[in-house]
Amino acid sequence: MSDVVEKTLTALPSLLSLDSQPGSAKLSSSSKLGALIRGITELTSKHEEEKLVQHELASLKDQVSSPNISMRQMKEAMVRAIYCEMLGYEASFSYIHAIKLAQQGSILDKRVGYLAVCLFLNENHELLLLLVNTVLKDLQSTNLIEVCMALTVVSQMFPKDMIPAILPLVEEKLNHSKEIIRRKAVLALYKFYLIAPNQVQHIHNKFRKALCDKDPGVMFASLHIYLQMIKDNPEGYKDLTASFVTILKQVVSGKLPMDFNYHSVPAPWLQIQLLRILSILGKNDQMSSEIMYDVLDESLKRAEINHNITYAILYECVKCIYTIYPNSDLLEKAAKCIGNFVISSKINLKYLGLKALTFVIQQDPKLALQHQMTIIECLDHPDIIIKRETLELLFRITNAQNVTVIVEKMLEFLHQSKDDHSTIDLVGKVAEIAEKYAPENKWFIETMNTVFSLGGDMIQPDIPNSFLKLLSEGFDSEEENQKLRLFAVDSYISLLEGEIKKLPQRFLQVISWVLGEYSHLRTDLDSARVITLLAKLLDMKQMSGETKTWVLMAMTKLCSGESSISIAQSVCDDYSSSMDTVLRQRAHELQLLSQDSALRGQLLTLHSGSEPLEVDSSLSFLDAFVSEALAAGAAPYKPPHQRQEELAQEKALSLEPYELSLPINMSSSSLTGRQSPTLMSVSSGLSGDSTELSLKGNTTILKLEGVKRVWGKEGYLSRKDPLEEVIQVENPSSPSQPTGTGGTPSDTPTPSATPEPEHGKQQLASSLFIGLGSQTSVFLMGKSDPTAQRIRRKVKTPNSSMAVTERGSVSSTSSAVDNLLCNNIPESANMVQEVTYETPPPYKTELDARLNEDLIDSTPSPVQSNGVETTSDKTESEITDKPRDECSSISLPAKLSGLPHSEVTSLCSNQTVELSACHVEKHDYVLLVIFISNSSDSDMENIHLQVISEQLEVSLLCESPLQDIAKHSMAVCQYLLNVRRPVVHFEVVGMLSYQTSSENQEVEFSYKLPLTSFVRPLEVSTEQYGTMWLAFSNDTKQNLALVTDGQDPLTDTLDLLKKKLGLHVVEIIGVEGIVACRLVQDQPCLLHCRVHGRTLAVWLRSPIPELPDCLLYHCQRVLEET
Amino acid sequence: MIRFLLMVNRQGQTRLSRYYTDVELKLRQNLETEVVQRCLSRSKEQCSFVEYQDYKLVYRQYAALYIVVGVTDDENELSIFEMIHNFVEILDKYFSRVIMFNLDRVHIILDEMIQNGHIVETNKSRILAPITAIDKICDG
Repeated sequence: MSDVVEKTLTALPSLLSLDSQPGSAKLSSSSKLGALIRGITELTSKHEEEKLVQHELASLKDQVSSPNISMRQMKEAMVRAIYCEMLGYEASFSYIHAIKLAQQGSILDKRVGYLAVCLFLNENHELLLLLVNTVLKDLQSTNLIEVCMALTVVSQMFPKDMIPAILPLVEEKLNHSKEIIRRKAVLALYKFYLIAPNQVQHIHNKFRKALCDKDPGVMFASLHIYLQMIKDNPEGYKDLTASFVTILKQVVSGKLPMDFNYHSVPAPWLQIQLLRILSILGKNDQMSSEIMYDVLDESLKRAEINHNITYAILYECVKCIYTIYPNSDLLEKAAKCIGNFVISSKINLKYLGLKALTFVIQQDPKLALQHQMTIIECLDHPDIIIKRETLELLFRITNAQNVTVIVEKMLEFLHQSKDDHSTIDLVGKVAEIAEKYAPENKWFIETMNTVFSLGGDMIQPDIPNSFLKLLSEGFDSEEENQKLRLFAVDSYISLLEGEIKKLPQRFLQVISWVLGEYSHLRTDLDSARVITLLAKLLDMKQMSGETKTWVLMAMTKLCSGESSISIAQSVCDDYSSSMDTVLRQRAHELQLLSQDSALRGQLLTLHSGSEPLEVDSSLSFLDAFVSEALAAGAAPYKPPHQRQEELAQEKALSLEPYELSLPINMSSSSLTGRQSPTLMSVSSGLSGDSTELSLKGNTTILKLEGVKRVWGKEGYLSRKDPLEEVIQVENPSSPSQPTGTGGTPSDTPTPSATPEPEHGKQQLASSLFIGLGSQTSVFLMGKSDPTAQRIRRKVKTPNSSMAVTERGSVSSTSSAVDNLLCNNIPESANMVQEVTYETPPPYKTELDARLNEDLIDSTPSPVQSNGVETTSDKTESEITDKPRDECSSISLPAKLSGLPHSEVTSLCSNQTVELSACHVEKHDYVLLVIFISNSSDSDMENIHLQVISEQLEVSLLCESPLQDIAKHSMAVCQYLLNVRRPVVHFEVVGMLSYQTSSENQEVEFSYKLPLTSFVRPLEVSTEQYGTMWLAFSNDTKQNLALVTDGQDPLTDTLDLLKKKLGLHVVEIIGVEGIVACRLVQDQPCLLHCRVHGRTLAVWLRSPIPELPDCLLYHCQRVLEET
Repeated sequence: MIRFLLMVNRQGQTRLSRYYTDVELKLRQNLETEVVQRCLSRSKEQCSFVEYQDYKLVYRQYAALYIVVGVTDDENELSIFEMIHNFVEILDKYFSRVIMFNLDRVHIILDEMIQNGHIVETNKSRILAPITAIDKICDG
């Protein structure tokens, strides 16, 4: 076989003219391409190639623009143009001709025209619009080949806005008698789903039909749509689990026609696709998972043929088994299967085995123990990719006992690696585990030195940031803090005394900061010496302006004593006229402060690290200035991280009814913002780094401002590591660290030091896999037992927002919030036991409907100061009327129980813990309430709950860390959710780690909530609406179905939307209606609706790019459900 | 997901390239050169998968021809490895007896197999159906 292909290319030039192809590419036309390819193949230099191709392009340009060119010639020219572009030479003159060819050519010419369009243009190219008519025509053609071509091109590339024009035609093709047409129609719809999901909302039932198509090819095509939709919303398709299982069963048992086989394996890629779908459906869902067990077992059995493709299926199978709700029998078989992979002599299989192992040890770390010797061998494998994959695996099993060995292995790899990308990645990982598990200070500082040196300029900026944060915030013991800082100071002084030229900029910044802050800790160190060392840095040529700023800042902190001041003075002279304004600013500061020692002493008092700085992060000292500016019409400055705080502040200080304050908020965020950009920038500039202001403020502010301001920029020159000898990772020589459980650090030897290689491996193994056994506790990444961590960051609580809330406890809303903040533990333990998790969570749709209803009930009429109570009474009665499942017997904390909330759904459960959650919708925020109930007979300790979301800001509404949960009782955690980026459904994922009877455990879960939970009515006047409309730039238009059963379709439709989604109907004028809403924070969205015959043309606008599309989706759904 | 598929010869000259994500024309050449270097520098005993930037390359050598597929990390490398072989078998089936390097036809065949970075069809006869139909009309 490979011989044949070899001919394809090596013998290419000589074969080009021997055209025996049963096609149309005859001698004359192909020879030109042939000559071109031959010509280029023979060339030796890039320059010659360029000359030849440019010449070719020039002649092509002439040819295609000639009026007499035939379509056949055009096609031939187009293929050459494709070839030239493929070599990297733009042939943009031919784009328009490609479209023409698709329009006018016959069959093969047309196909090449379409092909050229796909290859030349990207999805947003304006010329693509010209293709729409051709596609329309071809879709209606009686020639099936043309229909086929049109569908092929549509499923690869089509302008998003024009989808409605061809959608009916494509839908029609779903019922075509030929399988190929149906299949391609499904693929076209898949494309539409990818680029504009809401356009194909209404044809979901047709997707189901495609899934049940009698032709397996059509069914396969529909799986692409399903995989995507299920990824987006797994809850919505649970009912299809059984269908997917049946299909897989049939495929596995060979029910498909023979031509679907690949090397006698039935439709392998189809199997893989199905397994991927099943693993999503079965994740955290015992009931769905149970349906799959049989077929997964069958798949494992069937895949016995020794062929790569069966291994590929097995890999997918194993991943699925470890993703879904566990079944011990299957787990055992899957583990065996992985075992065979990793010990295989076939290298590709070994790679896949390692990849699978990396995946599964996150579920079951003991598996790594079984394969420890293999892993050790892989670590020294000659193939770099195997090594890399092994390190990835080790990264996942790092714990406090093996961290030194694993980091050593990673650094070893880093020293050899030349690839930037893997260097950045690995450096990040080393920093992560070093910070998490560092056994001692010296090791930590030295490891970080290596990280900074190796990572150089490419290092992710958050590594130095979090390192400095760690140094400044410290850990639990103050004594340890000081020791760590001392180590850092010592280490940096000796670095600066050595070869400084090789230190990367980012590292120098870290060094300057640390010396500025902490060199005073070393009492025998003269500050003049440090300043001299720093001044030496300034003389280096390759120093960036930013680094110099850091150095000057450090000098400012240090300069005391005569000799230092004189050095500082000369530095000031150099930089006080610098072109760099920031640098100049710093130089002036330094000058001023070095001369006025009284002022300096007042500003820069040495603080003893133990007390974290009191930070006025709300910048209240600027209040007078701000209110002045606001009075002058400026918009309030709102950096993202402050929104949270402001939200709380707003609540606390809200003494007026909401409907009054809202428009003001509105205008501030969007309208006045545009009108007075100058004022806006003034205020934000001031809160940035003006010294005059900071000097007026207190000491801490000056310091902090400096630090804050210098973070952020990136991009420096690359430097090689000078520190290799310094940073040889040493094993902890004195294993006296109280590292929590089990491990005896004495069996962590340096493997290279052992003479016999076998023995060395054994020892390495014991040091790598320590802590993974059943006796010792297990630390998986990010799920570690907090007590065992040596270096641990203090949990920072959002003090400022708390303070604000307390301060403003005048209003009843805030007192409610105060109560929310405490860790509510329901009194009755029995309550928890009633909860059964056997029942699956209710389907999303029901939940949504409930939510929407609840939301409507709660949509505040003008809220008085006790408005919450009023609405809650109503909803409470509503809720009790409805049938509830057992889950609801988990009661919300008293203060929340009255509020509209979703049903409590089970997130996940195991033998010891049951997690469930619901969300509570309030007027201007949404709360996620998580119930952790301990169903075991022992107490849960060291509980650590982490909740994150990509699209939401999640903040814990609780100051104290989670306390231990006694047996058979429950704890409640509340999180405040804010929209970061709107999507149709938000997903919150989380992880709970805890200890029961001194065994570490962790569970993962995810929770979904629809955008509608965040939608609130926005009450604006028509005039306000008008101004806002003009100010917003992101819009979407779409025709929706009207509710036609009543008298006035427009009013009925808008009322329905108002009721279901909580929109505010601003005004209805004739056939037009205007509607407004906002997300809980003031992210507005406006709808303009107009009746067109039997449809409603809706036009949505918002300042948030994603919002119109997402809201449209929900409008569409509401209207379709009726 | 599949990011791109390349066919290159041992000299590093691109014979066919198809991108499934937007990559600027200027960047493509650079990428192709680097990709080819990565693959050519490896021996037969080494793994058929290589790291490149944030994705993986799956490559297969047929005499002087290399087929390289760039995939994201969540892809099943071995299944891609076999997909390459399936593709080559299809080319072999179609370009029978004397072989011609028909850029357009190879693309048309590839379009039937991979769309939007996903494998959409693997059945050999179905992949070849459209191109053979076109050939028939053009002949007849």
